[in-house]
Amino acid sequence: MPSNRLAKRIIACLDVDGGRVVKGIQFQQLRDAGDPAVLASAHASAGADEIVLLDITATSDGRKTLTETVRRTASELFVPFTVGGGIRTLEDAARIFEAGADKVSINSAAVANPALVSEIAGRFGSQAVIVAIDARRNDGPTEKAEIYVAGGRTAPGKYVLAWAREMEDRGAGELLLTSMDRDGTGSGFDCELTADVATAVSIPVIASGGAGNVQHFVDVFSTGKADAALAASIFHFSTHAVAELKQTLLSHGTPVRWPC
Amino acid sequence: MIAIVDYGAGNISSVKKALEHLGADAIVTCDPMQIAAAEKLIVPGVGHFSRCQSLNKNLRSSVLESMRTGRPFLGICVGMQWLFQGSTEAPETPGAGIFSGECSRFPAEVKCPHVGWNQIECNGGSRLLHGINNGAFVYYTHSYRAPVIAETSACTEYGGAFSAAVERDNIYGVQFHPEKSAETGLKILENFCAF
Repeated sequence: MPSNRLAKRIIACLDVDGGRVVKGIQFQQLRDAGDPAVLASAHASAGADEIVLLDITATSDGRKTLTETVRRTASELFVPFTVGGGIRTLEDAARIFEAGADKVSINSAAVANPALVSEIAGRFGSQAVIVAIDARRNDGPTEKAEIYVAGGRTAPGKYVLAWAREMEDRGAGELLLTSMDRDGTGSGFDCELTADVATAVSIPVIASGGAGNVQHFVDVFSTGKADAALAASIFHFSTHAVAELKQTLLSHGTPVRWPC
Repeated sequence: MIAIVDYGAGNISSVKKALEHLGADAIVTCDPMQIAAAEKLIVPGVGHFSRCQSLNKNLRSSVLESMRTGRPFLGICVGMQWLFQGSTEAPETPGAGIFSGECSRFPAEVKCPHVGWNQIECNGGSRLLHGINNGAFVYYTHSYRAPVIAETSACTEYGGAFSAAVERDNIYGVQFHPEKSAETGLKILENFCAF
């Protein structure tokens, strides 16, 4: 057995609004392709190593359904399960954990109140806290890349590298790094940005934003030094997408969980 | 009836959920009477070794008594580390000392925590890992690990080899999270339920 076979993780992300998956109606055989619980299990069966449920609901009414959605989704899911979106307090996080999530992902709330990261880590352990960082560098060097909140609309004036280190110091267990420059373009992950952040911290970095084809994953795990990669739409082409992706990664020497 | 011992160490609902999925009868409890009455015990846990202090304080004697009378015991993650003598993570908190050795942090040359899916190399003959292929992937999330000892039934390589699973008589421990390790993990829990 090779000395280090820690697998590079493929994480499937479900965007949920008011309890329904809003992007990517993909598995044609499913009786309800908009049900997060059904879809999460389908992704896990298809080989996804983890599931992230991102609540993009803007209204508080819709937000209330989140706990129930998390509970239903977690009930038949036996891979790691992360929930993000609208978690602003320790109580919010506690409710999500109680409903069955293994990790919470926080973004804007960490910027508004960095101590929240330490609070959640102190109560539930660092392994339960992912800090999501939305980064934009406009072709500049990573040293000048800034973080964004509120869906990319607001720049609170913090550099990505310093913020990543601060979040690690405050107890984040992993970082979910999204390139705002690449997100939605399908032109590939920002490998330079990802590698710079992954080198700056000792906690795992999940790359996000820009996945368009299998080669992009090969690149982000090699030159990008990512520990995991997250994608939504790339998995929506077929039920075999994850398996095909993993076989390609294996053929490039990238360790992945296989068979899965 | 399987009692999942609740001593305030992280999220344990996922263990109960997995057991229910397998059709097992399980309760989550911190009551020494219920622990004493249970046919099997699971001590889960994720987080800091110092949490074991509450296990030591209130539940140690009932858990050890259950083990002594031959009832199957499974420690998961910190619950497995507790079976050892202690951990450098919290030197003031003793372990149960069922297995010799001390848990320690991963060396600086590897990323810490060790998060994700890694492979186990089985020594063969393990009852808990019966039917699990050598090289199977399981899910880990931890910063401290137990040394490889005579009772190690499977090990994983990450900054050197560590104990992925330990086993002696009715006492079992796994460093990984079977409740989060998809089919492989469910099979391991199924084996435990069948003891």
